[in-house]
Amino acid sequence: MAVKVLDFWASPYGVRVRVALAEKGVSYESQEEDLFGGKSDLLLQSNPIYGKVPVLLHDDKPVLESSNIVYYIDETWPSPHLMPASSYGRSRARFWTDFIDKKVYDVGRNIWMGKGAEVEAAKDEFIDVLKKLEGALGDREYYGGDQFGFLDIIFVSLSCWFPTYEKYGGFKVEEETPKIAAWLKKCYKRETVAKSMPDCQKVIEFVGMMRKMHGIE
Amino acid sequence: MAKVQVIGAWFSPFVKRVEISLKMKGVEYEYIEVDLINKPPLVLHHNPIHQKVPILIHDGKTILESAVILEYIDEVWEGPNILPKDPYQRARSRFWANFIDQKCVPATRKALWCRGEEQEKAIKEAREALKILECEVKDKKYFGGDQIDYVDIIGSFLAYWMRLFDEVAGLHLFTYEELPSLCKWADELCDNKYVKQHLPDKDRFVDRVRGHSKTTRSV
Repeated sequence: MAVKVLDFWASPYGVRVRVALAEKGVSYESQEEDLFGGKSDLLLQSNPIYGKVPVLLHDDKPVLESSNIVYYIDETWPSPHLMPASSYGRSRARFWTDFIDKKVYDVGRNIWMGKGAEVEAAKDEFIDVLKKLEGALGDREYYGGDQFGFLDIIFVSLSCWFPTYEKYGGFKVEEETPKIAAWLKKCYKRETVAKSMPDCQKVIEFVGMMRKMHGIE
Repeated sequence: MAKVQVIGAWFSPFVKRVEISLKMKGVEYEYIEVDLINKPPLVLHHNPIHQKVPILIHDGKTILESAVILEYIDEVWEGPNILPKDPYQRARSRFWANFIDQKCVPATRKALWCRGEEQEKAIKEAREALKILECEVKDKKYFGGDQIDYVDIIGSFLAYWMRLFDEVAGLHLFTYEELPSLCKWADELCDNKYVKQHLPDKDRFVDRVRGHSKTTRSV
C-alpha cells in the first residue's frame, strides 16, 4: 500500500508527519511542494479547500491537517502506540494538541511579522504559552510519560521555528522555560526527530526572506 | 457525588454538544449550571487554562474542550458510534468538524456582527464556507448518513444557533434558495431525538442575544 506525503521542507507541520511515519517505520515517498512558485495539481486536488501541506496520501486517499494525519498514522499502523493507553490520557493529549495548534505557530508568527510594540506583546504571549506547556510537562521525561509519544511529536515539530522567534523576539527558551529546553534536547537525540527537522538556521534565512516579501525589512 | 458531571451554561452550543453525545450513549449525568459572567471557582479550578465550559467530570477526572469530550465519550461508553471506526473515515470526520469550527463558525460570526466593508467581506467568506458544507452534505440526511455522528453534533452550532443569529440579524445567510441541502440537514438535525431536547428555548435565547448585542458585539 503506497504512502506519499506532500510536504514543504520548512513546514513544522510537515515535520510532525515525518516523525510519526518514522516512529512507525513506514516507508513513503515525499514530494516537495513549491508553495511560492506553484503548487502541484496533486496538492490542489487533494486539498482543494485549503491548498496546504502536509497532505498524506494513503493508496491515493488524502488525509489532511497535520494533527489529523498523526491520529490517522497512529490508528492505521498501531505499533508502537503513540497515543497514551488510557482514554483519559488520550483526552489530555488531544486537549494539549488543540492548545498547541491554536497558539504556538500563530503567536510565534506575530513575533516575526510584527512591528514595534506588537513584537514585545507577541513575545510575552509566546512565553506565557510556553510556560503553560512547561506546566503540562511537569517532571515527566516526555509528554507521553516515560516514552516519547503523540504529544511530544505534535510539539517538538514546531521547535524548528523557535530560534526564529528567539531572534526576532529577543528572548531565550532556555532562560524562560528551562524544562522545555531540556525536553527539546532529549527529543533531538532521537533519530526520528533529528532526521525530520529542517536546519534551524535555514528556517531563519527563509523567514528573513518572507519578512522582506511582506515589507517588514 | 454523581459519577458523571457536566458543568455548563444553558445557552452554550459547545455544552449542548456534550449533552447530545451523552444522550446518544444513554449516560446519566448531573448537570451543573454556572454563571459565565461571574465564573465560579469550580470553573477556574477544573479549567485553569481556558476558564470555559463545557467541563466533563468522570470519576473525578476532568475532560475539557467539546470536541475532545466527544471523542472521550465515544471511547468510554458503549452505544451508537459518534466517530466512525475506520481510520480514514475518522480522519474525514475530524477534518469536517474542524472545517465547521475553524472556518464556518468564525466566518458566520463575523458576517453577523461586523459592520460596513468588513461585514461585506465577512458575508462573502461565510457564504463560500457554507457552500462548501452544502456540497459535502448533499443528498444525505445527516453527515453521518442515516444516524447523526461527530460532524452533525459539532455542526449543531450552525444548524440551530447560527440560524437563530441569522434570523435576529436579518442577513439571510441560511436560506433554502441558496443552501437547500444544508437547510434540510439543519431541520432534520434539530428534529433529531438526541438533539431537540437539548436545544435552548428559542424565545429565551433570542432575548439573550438581543440584550447581549446591545452591550457587546460578540457572542
